[in-house]
Amino acid sequence: MTHELGEPVVVIDRIEKRFGALVVLKDISLTVRRGECVCIIGPSGSGKSTLLRAINALVPVSKGSIKVDGIEVNDPDLDKLALRRKVGIVFQQYNLFPHRTALENVMMAPLHVLKQQKADVEERAKRLLAKVRLSEKQDTYPGELSGGQQQRVAIARSLAMSPTVMLFDEVTAALDPETKKEVLFAIRELAAEGMTCILVTHEMGFAAEVADHIYFTDGGMIVEHGPPGEFFKNARHERTRAFLDQVL
Amino acid sequence: MQAIADWFKWLANAHGINVSIAYDAFDRTRFLTGLSTTVWLSVVCIVLSIFVGLVGAWFQGARSPLVRACVAAFVQFFRNTPPLVQLAFFYFAVSAALPMVTDPFGQKVPLVNNVGWAIISFSLFAGAFNIEIFRSGIEAVPSATTEAAEALGYTRVQSYVYVVLPLAFRICLPALGNNLVNLVKTTTLAYAIGVPELLYAAAQVWSEVLNVREMMVVLLITYIVIVAVLVGVMQRWERMLRIPGYNA
Repeated sequence: MTHELGEPVVVIDRIEKRFGALVVLKDISLTVRRGECVCIIGPSGSGKSTLLRAINALVPVSKGSIKVDGIEVNDPDLDKLALRRKVGIVFQQYNLFPHRTALENVMMAPLHVLKQQKADVEERAKRLLAKVRLSEKQDTYPGELSGGQQQRVAIARSLAMSPTVMLFDEVTAALDPETKKEVLFAIRELAAEGMTCILVTHEMGFAAEVADHIYFTDGGMIVEHGPPGEFFKNARHERTRAFLDQVL
Repeated sequence: MQAIADWFKWLANAHGINVSIAYDAFDRTRFLTGLSTTVWLSVVCIVLSIFVGLVGAWFQGARSPLVRACVAAFVQFFRNTPPLVQLAFFYFAVSAALPMVTDPFGQKVPLVNNVGWAIISFSLFAGAFNIEIFRSGIEAVPSATTEAAEALGYTRVQSYVYVVLPLAFRICLPALGNNLVNLVKTTTLAYAIGVPELLYAAAQVWSEVLNVREMMVVLLITYIVIVAVLVGVMQRWERMLRIPGYNA
Protein backbone atom coordinates (compact mmCIF):
# COMPACT_ATOMS: atom_id res chain seq x y z
CA MET A 1 0.00 0.00 0.00
CA THR A 2 1.32 3.39 -0.81
CA HIS A 3 0.34 6.07 1.60
CA GLU A 4 2.02 8.30 4.13
CA LEU A 5 2.90 6.66 7.42
CA GLY A 6 2.58 8.69 10.58
CA GLU A 7 4.08 8.48 14.05
CA PRO A 8 4.32 5.13 15.91
CA VAL A 9 0.95 4.09 17.39
CA VAL A 10 1.74 0.62 18.66
CA VAL A 11 5.17 0.14 20.17
CA ILE A 12 5.95 -3.30 21.53
CA ASP A 13 9.21 -3.53 23.40
CA ARG A 14 10.76 -6.88 24.36
CA ILE A 15 7.61 -8.51 25.66
CA GLU A 16 7.51 -12.00 27.06
CA LYS A 17 4.52 -14.20 27.79
CA ARG A 18 4.63 -17.38 29.81
CA PHE A 19 1.92 -19.85 30.66
CA GLY A 20 3.63 -21.52 33.60
CA ALA A 21 6.87 -22.96 32.28
CA LEU A 22 5.77 -22.58 28.67
CA VAL A 23 7.17 -19.51 26.94
CA VAL A 24 4.67 -18.39 24.31
CA LEU A 25 6.18 -15.05 23.38
CA LYS A 26 9.85 -14.35 23.75
CA ASP A 27 11.60 -11.02 23.37
CA ILE A 28 9.20 -9.61 20.82
CA SER A 29 9.56 -6.03 19.68
CA LEU A 30 7.73 -4.33 16.88
CA THR A 31 6.48 -0.90 15.95
CA VAL A 32 3.39 -0.03 13.94
CA ARG A 33 3.00 3.49 12.61
CA ARG A 34 -0.22 5.34 12.05
CA GLY A 35 -1.79 4.26 8.78
CA GLU A 36 0.45 1.23 8.50
CA CYS A 37 -0.83 -2.25 7.74
CA VAL A 38 1.22 -4.99 9.35
CA CYS A 39 0.78 -8.71 8.77
CA ILE A 40 1.98 -11.36 11.16
CA ILE A 41 2.44 -14.78 9.63
CA GLY A 42 3.83 -18.04 10.90
CA PRO A 43 2.97 -21.64 11.68
CA SER A 44 0.22 -22.61 14.12
CA GLY A 45 1.21 -22.29 17.74
CA SER A 46 3.89 -19.72 17.01
CA GLY A 47 2.24 -17.18 19.30
CA LYS A 48 0.67 -14.94 16.65
CA SER A 49 -2.78 -14.77 18.22
CA THR A 50 -1.37 -14.37 21.71
CA LEU A 51 0.69 -11.42 20.47
CA LEU A 52 -2.39 -9.83 18.94
CA ARG A 53 -4.50 -10.38 22.05
CA ALA A 54 -1.76 -8.93 24.23
CA ILE A 55 -2.10 -5.61 22.39
CA ASN A 56 -5.60 -5.02 23.75
CA ALA A 57 -4.92 -6.69 27.10
CA LEU A 58 -7.09 -9.76 26.50
CA VAL A 59 -3.91 -11.65 27.38
CA PRO A 60 -1.65 -10.06 30.00
CA VAL A 61 2.07 -10.23 29.21
CA SER A 62 4.67 -11.34 31.74
CA LYS A 63 7.41 -8.87 30.84
CA GLY A 64 8.14 -5.90 28.63
CA SER A 65 6.12 -2.94 27.44
CA ILE A 66 3.28 -2.44 24.97
CA LYS A 67 2.33 1.15 24.23
CA VAL A 68 -0.83 1.90 22.28
CA ASP A 69 -1.15 5.56 21.38
CA GLY A 70 0.65 6.48 24.59
CA ILE A 71 -1.18 4.01 26.88
CA GLU A 72 1.03 1.46 28.60
CA VAL A 73 -0.79 -1.87 28.41
CA ASN A 74 1.45 -3.84 30.76
CA ASP A 75 0.40 -1.84 33.79
CA PRO A 76 -1.68 -3.14 36.71
CA ASP A 77 -3.56 0.19 36.82
CA LEU A 78 -4.35 0.08 33.11
CA ASP A 79 -7.57 1.89 32.16
CA LYS A 80 -8.98 -0.96 30.07
CA LEU A 81 -11.84 1.08 28.69
CA ALA A 82 -9.49 3.79 27.42
CA LEU A 83 -7.35 1.12 25.76
CA ARG A 84 -10.26 -0.71 24.19
CA ARG A 85 -11.71 2.46 22.73
CA LYS A 86 -8.47 2.73 20.78
CA VAL A 87 -8.13 -0.91 19.78
CA GLY A 88 -10.73 -2.85 17.81
CA ILE A 89 -10.38 -6.59 17.36
CA VAL A 90 -12.05 -8.99 14.95
CA PHE A 91 -11.95 -12.68 15.80
CA GLN A 92 -11.69 -15.83 13.73
CA GLN A 93 -15.12 -17.03 14.89
CA TYR A 94 -16.80 -13.58 14.52
CA ASN A 95 -18.23 -13.80 18.08
CA LEU A 96 -21.23 -11.64 17.32
CA PHE A 97 -23.95 -11.29 19.95
CA PRO A 98 -26.44 -13.88 18.66
CA HIS A 99 -29.49 -12.37 20.39
CA ARG A 100 -29.19 -9.02 18.60
CA THR A 101 -29.66 -8.11 14.95
CA ALA A 102 -26.77 -7.05 12.74
CA LEU A 103 -27.60 -3.37 13.28
CA GLU A 104 -27.96 -3.80 17.04
CA ASN A 105 -24.63 -5.62 17.20
CA VAL A 106 -22.98 -2.56 15.69
CA MET A 107 -24.90 -0.18 17.97
CA MET A 108 -24.48 -1.95 21.29
CA ALA A 109 -20.99 -0.88 22.36
CA PRO A 110 -21.37 2.83 21.50
CA LEU A 111 -24.68 2.85 23.40
CA HIS A 112 -23.66 0.79 26.42
CA VAL A 113 -19.99 1.62 26.75
CA LEU A 114 -19.64 5.11 25.30
CA LYS A 115 -23.21 6.17 26.29
CA GLN A 116 -23.68 7.99 23.01
CA GLN A 117 -27.04 9.28 21.76
CA LYS A 118 -29.16 6.57 20.19
CA ALA A 119 -30.07 8.52 17.05
CA ASP A 120 -26.42 9.34 16.29
CA VAL A 121 -25.33 5.78 17.00
CA GLU A 122 -28.00 4.35 14.73
CA GLU A 123 -27.12 6.63 11.87
CA ARG A 124 -23.44 5.79 12.18
CA ALA A 125 -24.14 2.06 12.49
CA LYS A 126 -26.18 2.17 9.29
CA ARG A 127 -23.33 3.92 7.51
CA LEU A 128 -20.88 1.28 8.75
CA LEU A 129 -23.13 -1.56 7.59
CA ALA A 130 -23.36 0.15 4.21
CA LYS A 131 -19.59 0.34 4.16
CA VAL A 132 -19.29 -3.43 4.58
CA ARG A 133 -22.15 -3.87 2.04
CA LEU A 134 -24.71 -5.27 4.43
CA SER A 135 -27.37 -2.55 4.54
CA GLU A 136 -30.09 -4.96 3.48
CA LYS A 137 -29.18 -7.34 6.34
CA GLN A 138 -29.45 -4.83 9.17
CA ASP A 139 -32.46 -6.52 10.81
CA THR A 140 -31.14 -10.05 10.37
CA TYR A 141 -29.85 -12.09 13.31
CA PRO A 142 -26.27 -13.43 13.18
CA GLY A 143 -27.52 -17.02 13.05
CA GLU A 144 -29.16 -16.30 9.71
CA LEU A 145 -26.08 -14.72 8.14
CA SER A 146 -23.29 -16.52 6.31
CA GLY A 147 -19.83 -16.62 7.87
CA GLY A 148 -18.56 -13.88 5.62
CA GLN A 149 -21.54 -11.67 6.39
CA GLN A 150 -21.12 -12.25 10.12
CA GLN A 151 -17.46 -11.38 9.86
CA ARG A 152 -18.27 -8.13 8.07
CA VAL A 153 -20.79 -7.25 10.78
CA ALA A 154 -18.02 -7.95 13.29
CA ILE A 155 -15.75 -5.52 11.43
CA ALA A 156 -18.48 -2.86 11.45
CA ARG A 157 -19.06 -3.52 15.15
CA SER A 158 -15.40 -2.83 15.92
CA LEU A 159 -15.33 0.24 13.70
CA ALA A 160 -18.33 1.69 15.56
CA MET A 161 -16.03 2.39 18.49
CA SER A 162 -13.84 4.56 16.20
CA PRO A 163 -10.66 2.70 17.07
CA THR A 164 -7.16 3.98 16.33
CA VAL A 165 -5.91 0.46 15.55
CA MET A 166 -7.72 -2.57 14.19
CA LEU A 167 -6.57 -6.09 15.01
CA PHE A 168 -7.61 -9.01 12.81
CA ASP A 169 -7.09 -12.48 14.25
CA GLU A 170 -7.18 -14.97 11.36
CA VAL A 171 -10.49 -13.51 10.35
CA THR A 172 -10.85 -15.55 7.16
CA ALA A 173 -9.63 -18.89 8.54
CA ALA A 174 -13.17 -20.20 9.10
CA LEU A 175 -14.54 -19.01 5.75
CA ASP A 176 -14.93 -20.66 2.37
CA PRO A 177 -13.04 -19.10 -0.56
CA GLU A 178 -16.12 -17.29 -1.85
CA THR A 179 -17.09 -15.47 1.34
CA LYS A 180 -13.43 -14.97 2.20
CA LYS A 181 -13.20 -12.52 -0.69
CA GLU A 182 -15.93 -10.26 0.71
CA VAL A 183 -14.13 -9.99 4.03
CA LEU A 184 -10.72 -9.38 2.48
CA PHE A 185 -12.29 -6.72 0.31
CA ALA A 186 -13.59 -4.91 3.38
CA ILE A 187 -10.19 -5.08 5.08
CA ARG A 188 -8.39 -3.91 1.94
CA GLU A 189 -10.67 -0.88 1.81
CA LEU A 190 -9.99 -0.07 5.43
CA ALA A 191 -6.25 -0.29 4.92
CA ALA A 192 -6.48 1.88 1.82
CA GLU A 193 -8.35 4.51 3.83
CA GLY A 194 -5.39 4.69 6.18
CA MET A 195 -6.68 2.66 9.12
CA THR A 196 -3.84 1.24 11.15
CA CYS A 197 -4.21 -2.54 10.88
CA ILE A 198 -2.46 -5.50 12.40
CA LEU A 199 -3.43 -8.80 10.83
CA VAL A 200 -2.63 -12.33 11.81
CA THR A 201 -3.27 -14.26 8.65
CA HIS A 202 -2.58 -17.34 6.58
CA GLU A 203 -3.54 -15.54 3.37
CA MET A 204 -0.09 -15.02 1.90
CA GLY A 205 -1.33 -13.46 -1.30
CA PHE A 206 -3.45 -10.99 0.61
CA ALA A 207 -0.60 -10.22 3.02
CA ALA A 208 1.74 -9.57 0.09
CA GLU A 209 -0.76 -7.21 -1.46
CA VAL A 210 -2.06 -5.28 1.52
CA ALA A 211 0.79 -5.19 4.03
CA ASP A 212 3.34 -2.45 4.43
CA HIS A 213 5.41 -4.74 6.60
CA ILE A 214 5.45 -8.46 7.30
CA TYR A 215 6.59 -10.25 10.44
CA PHE A 216 7.30 -13.96 10.49
CA THR A 217 7.02 -15.59 13.90
CA ASP A 218 8.01 -19.06 14.96
CA GLY A 219 8.37 -20.56 18.42
CA GLY A 220 7.18 -17.34 20.05
CA MET A 221 9.88 -15.21 18.42
CA ILE A 222 10.07 -12.92 15.44
CA VAL A 223 12.33 -14.78 13.05
CA GLU A 224 12.47 -12.05 10.45
CA HIS A 225 10.52 -9.12 9.07
CA GLY A 226 10.53 -6.71 6.19
CA PRO A 227 8.45 -5.10 3.46
CA PRO A 228 6.46 -7.71 1.51
CA GLY A 229 8.42 -7.44 -1.75
CA GLU A 230 11.69 -8.20 -0.04
CA PHE A 231 10.24 -10.66 2.43
CA PHE A 232 8.58 -12.96 -0.05
CA LYS A 233 11.37 -12.84 -2.61
CA ASN A 234 14.48 -12.97 -0.50
CA ALA A 235 13.74 -14.51 2.86
CA ARG A 236 17.05 -14.68 4.70
CA HIS A 237 16.29 -17.37 7.23
CA GLU A 238 16.12 -21.05 6.46
CA ARG A 239 13.03 -21.36 8.73
CA THR A 240 11.18 -18.63 6.85
CA ARG A 241 12.01 -20.15 3.48
CA ALA A 242 10.82 -23.57 4.64
CA PHE A 243 7.54 -22.07 5.83
CA LEU A 244 6.99 -20.07 2.65
CA ASP A 245 7.77 -23.12 0.51
CA GLN A 246 5.05 -24.99 2.30
CA VAL A 247 2.31 -22.39 2.08
CA LEU A 248 2.94 -20.70 -1.24
CA MET B 1 -74.79 -20.30 37.32
CA GLN B 2 -77.90 -21.18 39.29
CA ALA B 3 -78.53 -24.14 36.99
CA ILE B 4 -75.05 -25.48 37.65
CA ALA B 5 -75.48 -25.06 41.39
CA ASP B 6 -78.84 -26.84 41.23
CA TRP B 7 -77.37 -29.71 39.24
CA PHE B 8 -74.58 -30.21 41.81
CA LYS B 9 -77.17 -30.08 44.59
CA TRP B 10 -79.13 -32.80 42.79
CA LEU B 11 -75.90 -34.80 42.29
CA ALA B 12 -75.24 -34.64 46.04
CA ASN B 13 -78.77 -35.68 46.98
CA ALA B 14 -79.32 -38.34 44.34
CA HIS B 15 -75.87 -39.94 44.14
CA GLY B 16 -74.05 -38.76 47.25
CA ILE B 17 -71.34 -37.02 45.20
CA ASN B 18 -71.05 -33.85 47.21
CA VAL B 19 -69.10 -31.03 45.55
CA SER B 20 -70.26 -28.51 48.12
CA ILE B 21 -68.15 -25.67 46.73
CA ALA B 22 -70.32 -25.72 43.61
CA TYR B 23 -73.54 -24.79 45.37
CA ASP B 24 -72.68 -23.62 48.89
CA ALA B 25 -71.67 -19.93 48.89
CA PHE B 26 -69.69 -20.22 52.13
CA ASP B 27 -67.65 -23.20 50.95
CA ARG B 28 -67.12 -21.62 47.55
CA THR B 29 -65.77 -18.42 49.10
CA ARG B 30 -63.42 -20.43 51.27
CA PHE B 31 -62.20 -22.37 48.26
CA LEU B 32 -61.77 -19.29 46.04
CA THR B 33 -59.90 -17.50 48.83
CA GLY B 34 -57.62 -20.53 49.01
CA LEU B 35 -57.16 -20.44 45.25
CA SER B 36 -56.27 -16.76 45.22
CA THR B 37 -53.87 -17.26 48.14
CA THR B 38 -52.14 -20.07 46.25
CA VAL B 39 -51.89 -18.02 43.05
CA TRP B 40 -50.63 -14.98 44.93
CA LEU B 41 -48.14 -17.05 46.94
CA SER B 42 -46.91 -18.71 43.74
CA VAL B 43 -46.44 -15.48 41.82
CA VAL B 44 -44.60 -13.74 44.67
CA CYS B 45 -42.36 -16.77 45.24
CA ILE B 46 -41.64 -17.15 41.50
CA VAL B 47 -40.53 -13.52 41.23
CA LEU B 48 -38.44 -13.63 44.41
CA SER B 49 -36.88 -17.01 43.58
CA ILE B 50 -35.81 -15.75 40.15
CA PHE B 51 -34.28 -12.73 41.87
CA VAL B 52 -32.47 -14.99 44.37
CA GLY B 53 -31.26 -17.12 41.44
CA LEU B 54 -29.88 -14.14 39.49
CA VAL B 55 -28.10 -12.60 42.46
CA GLY B 56 -26.75 -15.98 43.61
CA ALA B 57 -25.50 -16.86 40.13
CA TRP B 58 -23.77 -13.49 39.97
CA PHE B 59 -22.04 -14.04 43.32
CA GLN B 60 -21.13 -17.55 42.28
CA GLY B 61 -18.92 -15.98 39.62
CA ALA B 62 -17.30 -13.62 42.15
CA ARG B 63 -13.54 -13.43 42.50
CA SER B 64 -13.60 -13.85 46.29
CA PRO B 65 -13.48 -17.55 47.24
CA LEU B 66 -15.34 -16.66 50.46
CA VAL B 67 -18.32 -15.27 48.56
CA ARG B 68 -18.37 -18.32 46.29
CA ALA B 69 -18.23 -20.62 49.32
CA CYS B 70 -21.18 -18.78 50.89
CA VAL B 71 -23.28 -19.26 47.77
CA ALA B 72 -22.29 -22.94 47.60
CA ALA B 73 -23.26 -23.40 51.26
CA PHE B 74 -26.59 -21.68 50.66
CA VAL B 75 -27.35 -23.93 47.70
CA GLN B 76 -26.29 -27.04 49.61
CA PHE B 77 -28.46 -26.16 52.59
CA PHE B 78 -31.64 -25.58 50.61
CA ARG B 79 -31.09 -28.37 48.13
CA ASN B 80 -30.12 -31.04 50.62
CA THR B 81 -32.91 -30.54 53.15
CA PRO B 82 -36.65 -31.18 52.76
CA PRO B 83 -38.68 -28.02 52.09
CA LEU B 84 -41.21 -28.94 54.80
CA VAL B 85 -38.40 -29.09 57.36
CA GLN B 86 -37.07 -25.75 56.09
CA LEU B 87 -40.50 -24.19 56.50
CA ALA B 88 -40.84 -25.57 60.03
CA PHE B 89 -37.34 -24.36 60.82
CA PHE B 90 -38.20 -20.83 59.75
CA TYR B 91 -41.64 -20.74 61.32
CA PHE B 92 -40.85 -22.39 64.64
CA ALA B 93 -37.11 -21.89 65.20
CA VAL B 94 -36.12 -18.69 63.43
CA SER B 95 -39.36 -16.86 64.18
CA ALA B 96 -39.05 -17.59 67.90
CA ALA B 97 -35.57 -16.10 67.92
CA LEU B 98 -36.82 -12.81 66.44
CA PRO B 99 -38.29 -10.01 68.56
CA MET B 100 -42.08 -9.55 68.77
CA VAL B 101 -43.66 -6.36 67.45
CA THR B 102 -46.86 -4.52 68.39
CA ASP B 103 -49.57 -4.45 65.71
CA PRO B 104 -52.00 -1.51 65.15
CA PHE B 105 -54.42 -3.03 67.68
CA GLY B 106 -51.81 -3.09 70.43
CA GLN B 107 -51.28 -6.85 70.21
CA LYS B 108 -47.86 -8.49 70.46
CA VAL B 109 -47.32 -10.38 67.20
CA PRO B 110 -44.33 -12.06 65.53
CA LEU B 111 -42.20 -9.90 63.26
CA VAL B 112 -43.04 -12.12 60.29
CA ASN B 113 -46.36 -13.99 60.10
CA ASN B 114 -46.95 -17.46 58.67
CA VAL B 115 -47.59 -16.17 55.13
CA GLY B 116 -44.36 -14.18 55.34
CA TRP B 117 -42.41 -17.26 56.40
CA ALA B 118 -43.95 -19.33 53.64
CA ILE B 119 -42.86 -16.72 51.08
CA ILE B 120 -39.34 -16.47 52.49
CA SER B 121 -38.92 -20.21 52.82
CA PHE B 122 -40.22 -21.18 49.36
CA SER B 123 -38.41 -18.32 47.63
CA LEU B 124 -35.09 -19.38 49.12
CA PHE B 125 -35.77 -23.05 48.42
CA ALA B 126 -36.65 -22.51 44.76
CA GLY B 127 -34.02 -19.75 44.53
CA ALA B 128 -31.27 -22.21 45.47
CA PHE B 129 -32.28 -24.39 42.53
CA ASN B 130 -32.55 -21.34 40.30
CA ILE B 131 -28.95 -20.42 41.16
CA GLU B 132 -27.81 -23.78 39.80
CA ILE B 133 -30.07 -23.46 36.78
CA PHE B 134 -28.81 -19.97 35.92
CA ARG B 135 -25.24 -21.09 36.50
CA SER B 136 -25.64 -23.85 33.94
CA GLY B 137 -27.00 -21.26 31.50
CA ILE B 138 -24.19 -18.81 32.19
CA GLU B 139 -21.57 -21.52 31.73
CA ALA B 140 -23.13 -22.43 28.40
CA VAL B 141 -22.49 -18.94 27.01
CA PRO B 142 -19.28 -19.28 24.96
CA SER B 143 -16.33 -17.47 26.52
CA ALA B 144 -15.54 -16.13 23.05
CA THR B 145 -18.79 -14.15 23.13
CA THR B 146 -17.97 -12.54 26.47
CA GLU B 147 -14.42 -11.94 25.25
CA ALA B 148 -15.88 -9.98 22.35
CA ALA B 149 -17.85 -7.86 24.82
CA GLU B 150 -14.73 -7.36 26.91
CA ALA B 151 -12.76 -6.30 23.82
CA LEU B 152 -15.45 -3.70 23.08
CA GLY B 153 -14.89 -2.13 26.48
CA TYR B 154 -17.76 -3.72 28.39
CA THR B 155 -17.23 -3.99 32.14
CA ARG B 156 -18.06 -7.27 33.84
CA VAL B 157 -21.47 -5.95 34.97
CA GLN B 158 -22.31 -4.57 31.52
CA SER B 159 -21.33 -7.79 29.81
CA TYR B 160 -23.44 -9.73 32.34
CA VAL B 161 -26.50 -7.56 31.78
CA TYR B 162 -26.36 -7.08 28.01
CA VAL B 163 -24.73 -10.27 26.76
CA VAL B 164 -24.43 -13.11 29.26
CA LEU B 165 -27.86 -12.98 30.92
CA PRO B 166 -29.98 -12.62 27.78
CA LEU B 167 -28.24 -15.69 26.31
CA ALA B 168 -28.04 -17.70 29.53
CA PHE B 169 -31.70 -17.01 30.25
CA ARG B 170 -32.78 -18.44 26.92
CA ILE B 171 -30.62 -21.51 27.43
CA CYS B 172 -31.99 -22.29 30.88
CA LEU B 173 -35.65 -21.36 30.36
CA PRO B 174 -36.87 -25.00 30.06
CA ALA B 175 -35.08 -25.99 33.28
CA LEU B 176 -36.36 -22.86 34.99
CA GLY B 177 -39.91 -23.78 33.93
CA ASN B 178 -39.57 -27.19 35.57
CA ASN B 179 -38.38 -25.68 38.81
CA LEU B 180 -41.17 -23.10 38.89
CA VAL B 181 -43.75 -25.87 38.39
CA ASN B 182 -42.23 -27.60 41.40
CA LEU B 183 -42.38 -24.35 43.34
CA VAL B 184 -46.11 -23.95 42.68
CA LYS B 185 -46.73 -27.45 43.96
CA THR B 186 -44.46 -26.88 46.96
CA THR B 187 -46.70 -24.02 48.12
CA THR B 188 -49.13 -26.67 49.45
CA LEU B 189 -46.63 -27.24 52.27
CA ALA B 190 -47.73 -23.88 53.69
CA TYR B 191 -50.75 -25.88 54.90
CA ALA B 192 -48.51 -27.13 57.70
CA ILE B 193 -48.20 -23.65 59.22
CA GLY B 194 -51.82 -22.66 58.68
CA VAL B 195 -51.53 -20.49 55.58
CA PRO B 196 -55.05 -20.53 54.06
CA GLU B 197 -54.00 -21.73 50.59
CA LEU B 198 -55.81 -24.25 48.41
CA LEU B 199 -55.00 -27.43 50.32
CA TYR B 200 -55.84 -25.75 53.62
CA ALA B 201 -59.15 -24.43 52.28
CA ALA B 202 -60.02 -27.82 50.82
CA ALA B 203 -59.21 -29.52 54.12
CA GLN B 204 -61.45 -27.07 55.95
CA VAL B 205 -64.27 -27.89 53.58
CA TRP B 206 -63.92 -31.66 53.74
CA SER B 207 -63.55 -31.79 57.49
CA GLU B 208 -66.93 -30.04 57.85
CA VAL B 209 -68.83 -31.45 54.89
CA LEU B 210 -67.08 -34.83 54.99
CA ASN B 211 -66.56 -34.91 51.23
CA VAL B 212 -62.86 -35.85 51.22
CA ARG B 213 -63.03 -37.83 47.98
CA GLU B 214 -64.77 -35.08 46.02
CA MET B 215 -62.53 -32.30 47.36
CA MET B 216 -59.41 -34.35 46.58
CA VAL B 217 -60.51 -34.61 42.97
CA VAL B 218 -61.30 -30.87 42.87
CA LEU B 219 -57.90 -30.14 44.38
CA LEU B 220 -56.03 -32.27 41.84
CA ILE B 221 -57.91 -30.77 38.90
CA THR B 222 -57.28 -27.26 40.20
CA TYR B 223 -53.53 -27.90 40.40
CA ILE B 224 -53.50 -29.44 36.94
CA VAL B 225 -55.08 -26.24 35.62
CA ILE B 226 -52.79 -23.88 37.58
CA VAL B 227 -49.65 -25.68 36.42
CA ALA B 228 -50.96 -25.89 32.85
CA VAL B 229 -51.39 -22.12 32.85
CA LEU B 230 -47.84 -21.65 34.17
CA VAL B 231 -46.40 -24.05 31.60
CA GLY B 232 -48.36 -22.23 28.89
CA VAL B 233 -46.92 -18.90 29.98
CA MET B 234 -43.38 -20.34 30.06
CA GLN B 235 -43.75 -21.80 26.57
CA ARG B 236 -45.08 -18.52 25.25
CA TRP B 237 -42.13 -16.77 26.82
CA GLU B 238 -39.73 -19.26 25.24
CA ARG B 239 -41.26 -18.67 21.83
CA MET B 240 -41.12 -14.91 22.32
CA LEU B 241 -37.42 -15.06 23.17
CA ARG B 242 -36.50 -17.44 20.37
CA ILE B 243 -33.77 -16.00 18.18
CA PRO B 244 -33.99 -16.66 14.45
CA GLY B 245 -31.15 -18.91 13.35
CA TYR B 246 -29.89 -19.54 16.87
CA ASN B 247 -30.40 -22.88 18.58
CA ALA B 248 -30.03 -22.52 22.29
